[in-house]
Amino acid sequence: MNVVERYAHRRFERASRTAEQRVGMAAGIRWALRYVFPDHWSFLLGEIALYSFMVLVGTGIFLTLYYVPSDAQVVYHGSYPLLQGTQMSEAYRSVLGLSLNVPAGLLFRQVHHWAADVFIGAIVLHLVRVFFTGAYRKPRDLNYFIGLTMLMLAILEGFAGYSLGDDLLSGMGLAIAYSVAMSIPFVGGQLATLIWGGPFPGSNTFLARLEIVHVLLIPVALAGLITIHLTIIMRQHHSQFPGPGRRERNVVGTPMWPAYALRSIGLLFAVAGVLFLLGGLIQINPIWQWGPYHPYLSENGAQPDWYIGWLIGALRLMPNWELVIAGRTVIPNPFWGGAAFPLVVFGVLFAWPAIERRITRDARRHDLLDRPRDRPIRTAVGAAFLSWVVIVFAVGSTDRIFYRLGIPYTTQIHVWRVGVWVIPLVVFFATRSACRSLQRSGAHPLRAWEGNVVRRRPDGGLEVLGDSPDRIVPPATEAPVGTVPGQE
Amino acid sequence: MKRALRRWLTHRSRIPPALRLSLAVVLATMAVVGLVAPTSEGQSSTSATAGGPLPEPNSPTKSPEPPGAGNPTRSFPDSPALRAQGFTLYQASCSSCHGIALQGTPRVAPSLRGVGAGPVDFYLSTGRMPLEQPREEPQRNSPAFTREQIDALIAYVASFGGPAAPTADPADGNLALGFRKFTLNCAGCHQIVARGGITVGAQAPDLQEATPQQIAEAVRMGPYLMPHFDSRQLDQQDLDSIARYVLWTRHPDNSGGWAIYNIGPIPEGMVAWFIGLAALVLVARLIGERMDEPV
Amino acid sequence: MSRLAKLLGLLVAARTALRAAAGRSAPPPVTVESDVDPRRRVVPSSRRAEGVVALLLLIAALFAFAFPVIYIVSSGDTQLLGVALGGALLLLAVACIVAGKFVVPQETAVEDRGPLLVEEQTEEVIELIEAGGQGISRRAILLGAGGAAGAALLTAAATPLASLGPTLSALHETPWARGVRLVDDEGRPYLADEIQIGSCYTALPEGKDAESFGAGLLVVRLPAGFIHLPAARRDWAPHGILAYSKICPHAGCAISLYRYPTYAPTSQEPAFTCPCHYSTFLPGEGGRVIFGPAGRALPQLPLMIDAEGYLRAAAKFHEDIGPSWWGVHRAQS
Repeated sequence: MNVVERYAHRRFERASRTAEQRVGMAAGIRWALRYVFPDHWSFLLGEIALYSFMVLVGTGIFLTLYYVPSDAQVVYHGSYPLLQGTQMSEAYRSVLGLSLNVPAGLLFRQVHHWAADVFIGAIVLHLVRVFFTGAYRKPRDLNYFIGLTMLMLAILEGFAGYSLGDDLLSGMGLAIAYSVAMSIPFVGGQLATLIWGGPFPGSNTFLARLEIVHVLLIPVALAGLITIHLTIIMRQHHSQFPGPGRRERNVVGTPMWPAYALRSIGLLFAVAGVLFLLGGLIQINPIWQWGPYHPYLSENGAQPDWYIGWLIGALRLMPNWELVIAGRTVIPNPFWGGAAFPLVVFGVLFAWPAIERRITRDARRHDLLDRPRDRPIRTAVGAAFLSWVVIVFAVGSTDRIFYRLGIPYTTQIHVWRVGVWVIPLVVFFATRSACRSLQRSGAHPLRAWEGNVVRRRPDGGLEVLGDSPDRIVPPATEAPVGTVPGQE
Repeated sequence: MKRALRRWLTHRSRIPPALRLSLAVVLATMAVVGLVAPTSEGQSSTSATAGGPLPEPNSPTKSPEPPGAGNPTRSFPDSPALRAQGFTLYQASCSSCHGIALQGTPRVAPSLRGVGAGPVDFYLSTGRMPLEQPREEPQRNSPAFTREQIDALIAYVASFGGPAAPTADPADGNLALGFRKFTLNCAGCHQIVARGGITVGAQAPDLQEATPQQIAEAVRMGPYLMPHFDSRQLDQQDLDSIARYVLWTRHPDNSGGWAIYNIGPIPEGMVAWFIGLAALVLVARLIGERMDEPV
Repeated sequence: MSRLAKLLGLLVAARTALRAAAGRSAPPPVTVESDVDPRRRVVPSSRRAEGVVALLLLIAALFAFAFPVIYIVSSGDTQLLGVALGGALLLLAVACIVAGKFVVPQETAVEDRGPLLVEEQTEEVIELIEAGGQGISRRAILLGAGGAAGAALLTAAATPLASLGPTLSALHETPWARGVRLVDDEGRPYLADEIQIGSCYTALPEGKDAESFGAGLLVVRLPAGFIHLPAARRDWAPHGILAYSKICPHAGCAISLYRYPTYAPTSQEPAFTCPCHYSTFLPGEGGRVIFGPAGRALPQLPLMIDAEGYLRAAAKFHEDIGPSWWGVHRAQS
């Protein structure tokens, strides 16, 4: 060792002893340093969500220092010519000032907004991975429920966040949220006026309360649930795919120190880096172009952020059914698309572990994951369900499709009212068939399978059995059939 | 060629035939449903379209609003030679629908008597007319006529009477006033930064190619299903300001970076998924291991 | 519809039966557990990789240093700031990942998962907890009383929520009442004569809160041929001028689309459309819904023309405006 290294080593040793004399956590630290993480790339999706959350908190603290949660009407006399003399709320003006007049203000605002979109997207990808590999089975069903709860909270949090600006686009969204709250049978009127402090647009404390929800209540809840989520994972150890050396009762992977920690920190920097590049280079939510919200204003092509898109699609797709009994509106129309649909989706997701336990009659503990193809029914049901939600989500864009492609809006709605049920059926059968086919062939699902199926003869030579895996049924007594991609 | 065709026909698909057949049936059903779905959207009972008593046979359902008293107007060239040229052009291109004497054709095209110069200039300079199919929505196109021919047609049609053409000068307008008026009266169809939109029954175009003259004419006459606005609802100052704002929307203030077409959360969501998450999943795949790699 | 569902069910059942009879089932899942020992440790010792990491870290430092420079020099150009900080972070990320994969020792280790449910410990815990109740005779009463206290406390904790909200009567109110004058967005009152056929006007109540949900109105004039109001509403539309709430009864957006044909026989009749979910209403027929998810007609406000020719509300709304809810007052006719 040279001088620098000796010096660094001495200082580190002294620092460690100093800390130990006060904290005495060497045993715990040793456990953490040798803790084994399975290495598959798809296990990092949850970390992408976690690191996005950290970026959200960090940038969010900055934004809180500038935001004014007041709907008091003021007239703008700032630096932006488009809004000179325009009446707006103080909240909108504060976001305007942050975006246009504070150095790095727009950067942090945009990073925060991109981080929210990526955060929820990462959670959805993580959920998809967990579902299709069966990671929600015992003992991880509890953690699965916690994760679903965090997804719901994250969606609410994002909606609350971009509604704080009181711009035209988010104000329209709040009116719709109010209507969905109102549409809840029996109690909707009370619930909506409770949340808004009166009929829409609500009392003058609404924005302040929304800010507290967005800045304190939900972030604290999320942080707590994340902590519990991670603690349970640490206690149970992460699940793993079958492979060399992998058994139900062990964990095979990389120890935390040094490789896994470095890679994980690298992922943190990558998430932050991508988000800051997006926040600097690609514009998002330019509220200065939308103008302030007033209840008597609206614009064409108004859309919520993507993670609410499934709800606007549902609201547009529903026929105009309202259940009225004896003059009382028992089920107003927005309930179907705005409340019942997400309730059904989350209800199915929450109930799925129990449903699968019932169908497979398997309540054992599972720590080895399934490849999606190994459970064709589960994968097919999941794909069909996902396609159902995705179609509803896509219906939310039918107005732009009319604009771009000329297919009339009403025609599209009529077609999709049928398609939203038919296509998931088709997806179910297609996926199940694909799973079974992949099981037989052993091919990678995303790479074109080219080549021959061969068998190694006892004398060492290769016997070509054919060029299509579907025709081959390897005899049970022979050596396993191998594939030689690319060779004729 | 024949061999390739035979291979394509006899190629063994991984998808079972039963599934392929049911998929074909489903797609055919959807195609049929889509074809027979009513194309006239939002049409109520036909009695409503019977219309009220029309003051003159086949007149339009709404007429262009005249420019306000004292408001600047746009005058187009006029001369007997121009009118004669316009007459010839009209008979060749317009009379089949709008009638030899501009009287229109019932259930096909309205009368043009008394429409004035504004509508003629608007429809022709934006290429919306001549229209192939009478029931189609007229949409912006490359104009079928040169500027001189359009002037000739204007001279001819305007000779049958009608208000003078309005005009707008963006330089006289106030940007903030234009934004407020546009938000209240126009953004519901044309979108807040004039990127276009839809209503049930029509597409509202984006206004990125509209000239101030065309904007003034459209506002006062209301082409196709668009409402029109007279000088008491939108005075000349409002009109100038709206024109100024629409021109501004060609280059809005995109201080946040690449504006992804200025139409809001749809492209933003696409960027979040196909750029942001895609990049991060790529990083994850570089960091982590894959199933088919050796341990 | 139910016939179709039954037919589908029959088909699925038949197919399942046939396939079961044919004895064809899905291939068994892959064998899972492995006896191979996967442990290994590789020390890369790559000076080149170390050099790459060092270089990346230095370039990242340059980018990061550029951030405060750009901040000061350009007073916050968003794009440059984003590239500086984002670039620094990405370079750091690459440095960490390269270090994590090619510089530090690469190890595959095995750890035992350990049981979660250890029968003895769990039993011990249960016994310990229950031992805390040793000698207590009136368990049932104590448990019942404790439960009652807990439930009551929860109710008490939840009660202050009621302070957060007002009463429901406000949902039936709007600023419009008989005699309130219609004004435009600049406060100028509307004369009946200035309402043109083929145009659409936004009206607000004079002297009242323009931000109130019920304040916005759509005002149009239609020729007699397009007006087919029920008998009870004959005098609601003086001179063919009709006023409707601007708030969509589906989900509360402001209705801002109006179509009026230039030539009715080849296009469509006048209608309002809401830009949120495209509910479409006919102003000539009392706001009847002809497309879209709105479950109620658009509420109409009776109008009158005062002695000076200005438009005023002739009465309150005869129904509630805005989205439907349990107690919403729907139109009678």
